[in-house]
Amino acid sequence: MFDLRDLYQQVIVDHNKSPRNFGKLEKFNHEADGYNPLCGDRLHVYLNVNDEGLIEDVSFEGEGCAISVASASLMTEAVKGTPLSEFSAKFDIFQHMVTADLSEVPDEEVLGKLAVLSGVREFPSRIKCAVLCWHTLKSAVTDSDEVAKTE
Amino acid sequence: MSMDLNAVRADFPILSQEIYGKPLVYLDNAATTQKPQSVIDAITHYYERDNANVHRGVHALSERATAAYEGARKIIADFFNARSVREVIFTRGTTEAINLVAHSWGGYNVRAGDEVLITHMEHHSNIVPWQMLCEHVGATLKVVPINEKGELIMEALDELLSERTKLVGVVHMSNALGTINPVAEIIERAHAVGAKVLVDGAQAAAHLPVDVQFLDADFYVTSAHKMYGPTGVGVLVAKESLLQTMPPYQSGGDMIRMVTFEKTEYNDLPYKFEAGTPNISGAIGFGRAIEYIQEIGFDAIQKREKELLAYATAKADAFEGLRQIGTAKEKACVLSFVLDGVHPHDLGTILDREGVAIRAGHHCAMPVMDFFKVPATARASFSIYNTEAEVDALFAALKKAQEIFG
Repeated sequence: MFDLRDLYQQVIVDHNKSPRNFGKLEKFNHEADGYNPLCGDRLHVYLNVNDEGLIEDVSFEGEGCAISVASASLMTEAVKGTPLSEFSAKFDIFQHMVTADLSEVPDEEVLGKLAVLSGVREFPSRIKCAVLCWHTLKSAVTDSDEVAKTE
Repeated sequence: MSMDLNAVRADFPILSQEIYGKPLVYLDNAATTQKPQSVIDAITHYYERDNANVHRGVHALSERATAAYEGARKIIADFFNARSVREVIFTRGTTEAINLVAHSWGGYNVRAGDEVLITHMEHHSNIVPWQMLCEHVGATLKVVPINEKGELIMEALDELLSERTKLVGVVHMSNALGTINPVAEIIERAHAVGAKVLVDGAQAAAHLPVDVQFLDADFYVTSAHKMYGPTGVGVLVAKESLLQTMPPYQSGGDMIRMVTFEKTEYNDLPYKFEAGTPNISGAIGFGRAIEYIQEIGFDAIQKREKELLAYATAKADAFEGLRQIGTAKEKACVLSFVLDGVHPHDLGTILDREGVAIRAGHHCAMPVMDFFKVPATARASFSIYNTEAEVDALFAALKKAQEIFG
């Protein structure tokens, strides 16, 4: 039987308590809103992509449960300094991890720290919390005016 | 007056199960209550023995089904002390009952420049229908404010009431805060300016006695599923004098007396407002649920629920980092709170793994969340079958949540 610690691993608790890349960027050229109305989780992400197509900086603001805050914090770490062209693939990998069959072991080499969020698979009602930030960043990347939601 | 708690618990088969290897502690009664065996049996019996459409057939089953359906209406009429069964309209629930009144009575009586007055602690279902009505006819929606305890500011009610006020919509007991509003007084003041009053009794009707004649309520609405009955059925209890003047809400079979392609003559009350085949088993289950409440009696129910809320409130007062949302002097059965450093949704998940079912969220009362400046709360809501040991389990689980986030 799984334990609550599968979901609330120390890394998640830590990122919830002191989220990385939190606050508004001084310089950004993409942004988007995310909102899960049933939960009340709200996110705003800022993205600065440079002329070489590199995500030079990324940050988020908002409020939500530990899963959504930690996921956003970990996401900013995972994409900062990487080429924007790789975002779509990262998005798919993360999405796959949190919805994959329980028997599938997350590939930590590919996922890095993001693997700590694989525990949400055991908690179907919480998957939407983990993916809200990714959908919001996707909106920012595509300059969508629509508020991202995952409910 | 007291009740045998073990006997009451034994009436609810769902309670004796384990969740993740721990005894189920069901504290989400404000969302929906569990159902006693007698209600489950009444519904099963109907489908096993009596199932037929009502008000139609001349055969034995249809007569039995009709007798059971109309028998439930009589039980409900007596329970709310309606003047007659003509004042009892079955609906899908509280939400549909409010929509019925907003469309039928509101559409007919509320005009541009008029006002509809609701309160800051209404459930969305007693906000949105009035908002839509006001938008449609050009009326204005006004809101009675609340104080930090989650009580209505009654002086503000007096200031907001005027001859422009056509209707006051007020919740009898708040689902998000537990506050019990002084509806008799509100109705008296509203009537003094000529306004009608709709009381949302979804949360109240299982916890305190309601006498629509004593209250002089124009419209009283509630749902069966929050009073030990099935989902998908509720009731509008309204003054016959008002119902007579109101146009039908939905049209179709059962609500007519005579139909030609030129003209339709509507049926008498209450059928004028019950188009189509109704939720027959639901109504029968609702009637049985009310009998269940009557068998225990409100004296015993209120005594027990007060005891339990006092026990839980004392524990909450002593719990470090816990802030209660809703501390009205008159309240019942609801402990809404936030915990420092733990988001309500994380609490919901952690408590679930301890077998404790609570609600986390905005409780369909977003204006209440805005007022208290919280995105959501955790809410434990109690019923007649809950025990002190279950309250202890709740607080033990809260402790565990604090440890995880420590």
